[in-house]
Amino acid sequence: MAVVKLDSGYNIGVNPDSCTFFGYPAESTVKKTRVPQKKDLPVLSIVSTGGTIASRIDYRTGSVTSQFDADDILVAIPELAKVAQYRTIPLATILSENMTPSIWQELARAVYKEIQSGVTGIIITHGTDTMAYSAAALSFMIDTPVPVVFVGSQRSADRPSSDNAMNAVCAASAATSDLGEVAVVMHATTNDDTCAIHRGTRVRKMHSSRRDAFRSMGIDPLGFVAYPSREVTLKSHTVRRGSRKLALHDKLEKHCGLVQFYPGMSPELLKAYEGYKGLVLAGTGLGHVSTALIPTLKKLIQGGTLVVMTTQCMQGRVCDRVYDTGRDLLSAGVIEGGDMLPEAALVKMMWVLGNERDPEKAAERMQEDLKGEYNRRSTHGL
Amino acid sequence: MDYKEAGLTAGIEIHQQLNTKEKLFCHCPTLLRDSSEHSGEFFRYLRVTESEMGEIDRAAQEELKRDRKFDYFTYDTTCLVENDEEPPAPLNDEALSVCLTIAKMFGMTPVRQVHTMRKLVIDGSNTSGFQRTALVALNGVLPTGGEIETICLEEEAAQRVKDDIFSLDRLGIPLIEITTSPCMHSPEEVQEVAEYIGMVLRSTGRVKRGIGTIRQDVNISIRGGARVEIKGVQELDLIAEVVRREVQRQQNLLAISNELTKRKSSVNDTAKNVTELFKETKSTVLKKAKRVYAIRLEGFAGLVGREIQPDRRLGSEMSDYAKKCGVGGIFHTDELPAYGITAEEVARLRAYIDADSRDCVDCCSGE
Repeated sequence: MAVVKLDSGYNIGVNPDSCTFFGYPAESTVKKTRVPQKKDLPVLSIVSTGGTIASRIDYRTGSVTSQFDADDILVAIPELAKVAQYRTIPLATILSENMTPSIWQELARAVYKEIQSGVTGIIITHGTDTMAYSAAALSFMIDTPVPVVFVGSQRSADRPSSDNAMNAVCAASAATSDLGEVAVVMHATTNDDTCAIHRGTRVRKMHSSRRDAFRSMGIDPLGFVAYPSREVTLKSHTVRRGSRKLALHDKLEKHCGLVQFYPGMSPELLKAYEGYKGLVLAGTGLGHVSTALIPTLKKLIQGGTLVVMTTQCMQGRVCDRVYDTGRDLLSAGVIEGGDMLPEAALVKMMWVLGNERDPEKAAERMQEDLKGEYNRRSTHGL
Repeated sequence: MDYKEAGLTAGIEIHQQLNTKEKLFCHCPTLLRDSSEHSGEFFRYLRVTESEMGEIDRAAQEELKRDRKFDYFTYDTTCLVENDEEPPAPLNDEALSVCLTIAKMFGMTPVRQVHTMRKLVIDGSNTSGFQRTALVALNGVLPTGGEIETICLEEEAAQRVKDDIFSLDRLGIPLIEITTSPCMHSPEEVQEVAEYIGMVLRSTGRVKRGIGTIRQDVNISIRGGARVEIKGVQELDLIAEVVRREVQRQQNLLAISNELTKRKSSVNDTAKNVTELFKETKSTVLKKAKRVYAIRLEGFAGLVGREIQPDRRLGSEMSDYAKKCGVGGIFHTDELPAYGITAEEVARLRAYIDADSRDCVDCCSGE
């Protein structure tokens, strides 16, 4: 079907055979607008991985352009100019489901370089689907003295109601604040009134489409940014600016997997992980899989695979000492993953195995709290 | 009135709600609710983006001048699609089928493939900031010999409860938009065509009935005048009168224009701050104003106050534009002394602004 745009602006589909080719339209030229930046404001680096924060759609051709420099962003979201000056680093243009550990590494290196250059904070624009994984990855790979803030939008930037502008303004405010860790900044409610600041290792996308999809799991948010006042309030458990010395640990072991258990799951599926360095299980309740899987898990562990148990409940802690199945899992060599989120545990496992060759020490590190991903105490209910 | 002589050309757009089981892009019922029954509310800001239909249109530009926050009422009969928190479901087949039936009744050609578009609407009546609309059929005929240009299937907007508060029960109800060509040349003909289209719509038995379920927009122009769209005429019986009055308005404006040309009138558009002149005023409107500005309209005396429609003057037109730009309104010397402004104050104003008896002075007050 050929699509014709009528003078009225409407599109209609017509039979291609009824169309005659006259030629191509003249190339359209995008008018570039320069936006002056205030020299007395702090400098932030915006690293783009392909989020929709400043993407533009050309309705004439249907193409989405993500030309990405400070002028484009400031034209799209003029309020940002009140918060900071911006440098832009276009790292990738991908949909977030196509994110890979290799890109996490590139991202970590780019962010490290920017922090080294002395910027006040970093904003990473990212698709929301896998933002929590990337935030966890950066949490482990970088010790940062400044805020590293992930931001995205749940409703596309081409709609007047998009959450992109408010999220971006709040992210910039958080990135100039006293925050000193990797975080995700997104809408806290369905209203355009507040953004929440979530710890990179404790955040999860809990709704497929709502603006307030991102939630802190097992802890309170690190803080909030009020809108439109842009006032940032940080909680007492938040790591403050300057608390950590800048360091990059960018090694990752990519042969790690994450499997969600379900009733009746075949042991054959686990065999696919033979040869993997690590496997995170999202078990039921306190951290269980069926008894039928235990022999296969034992073989995997004997073959050198580190197996860590987390819970698919998302909230709460694994405890494999309560029921027989749990005790059998522990006997087979499965490591309890405490209250770690399954995704955060996977990313941590990649990082731990990338940096620690001794299997025993690697197992120990999986049960240490490295970047706020593993709470020693459960203080938070549902 | 000889409308042929006046060069009247008119066309109409009829918007009719369809009585489908579900809304156009979600599975909520098409049920209108009392706003007191709302079960929740939220608020948003809307920002301007480029429309899928082309450039940012003038109406949207006007809205942009004001920084507005919109509140929305939700119900147990609305969902996340109305809240702009979930992507739309596929276009409602039942609504499309009703549209195609109506298109057939007008002898129209359906398009081979329907494409849903976004029309930018940032007055708050759509949570997304746009209205979804699709062209369904083209080229219909009317028994009067006129043409129906298009039938579109659209989503109904949210209903304004008060100021910037909207109710989401109406948002997303399927709406058929029937647009005629500018083929009518008398007020009675416009009314007749509107009645005919209304009759065809009702004959399907698939449209909603009652006040507010059908709205007519009328496009009117006369020779030498401007094309004016009068939106949202709800009563069918009013259409002919609406056309008559608009023709009257445009003719009177044209007469004023001719008179101004004859008088070689001009507008000195440098506004002078005249706040001091009204320092001791008894006028409650001016007492509240932080600043008052005035301009001289040379040779306009008597014309700004001239009636162009029952209870409407050229001054009312100017005042409407001013209000849209954010001030309380305009008053002019043709209507003074009034509003507590004394003859002495008017004389002082005229003297200060250097206006003689042939001139009119327009004043505008605000913060």
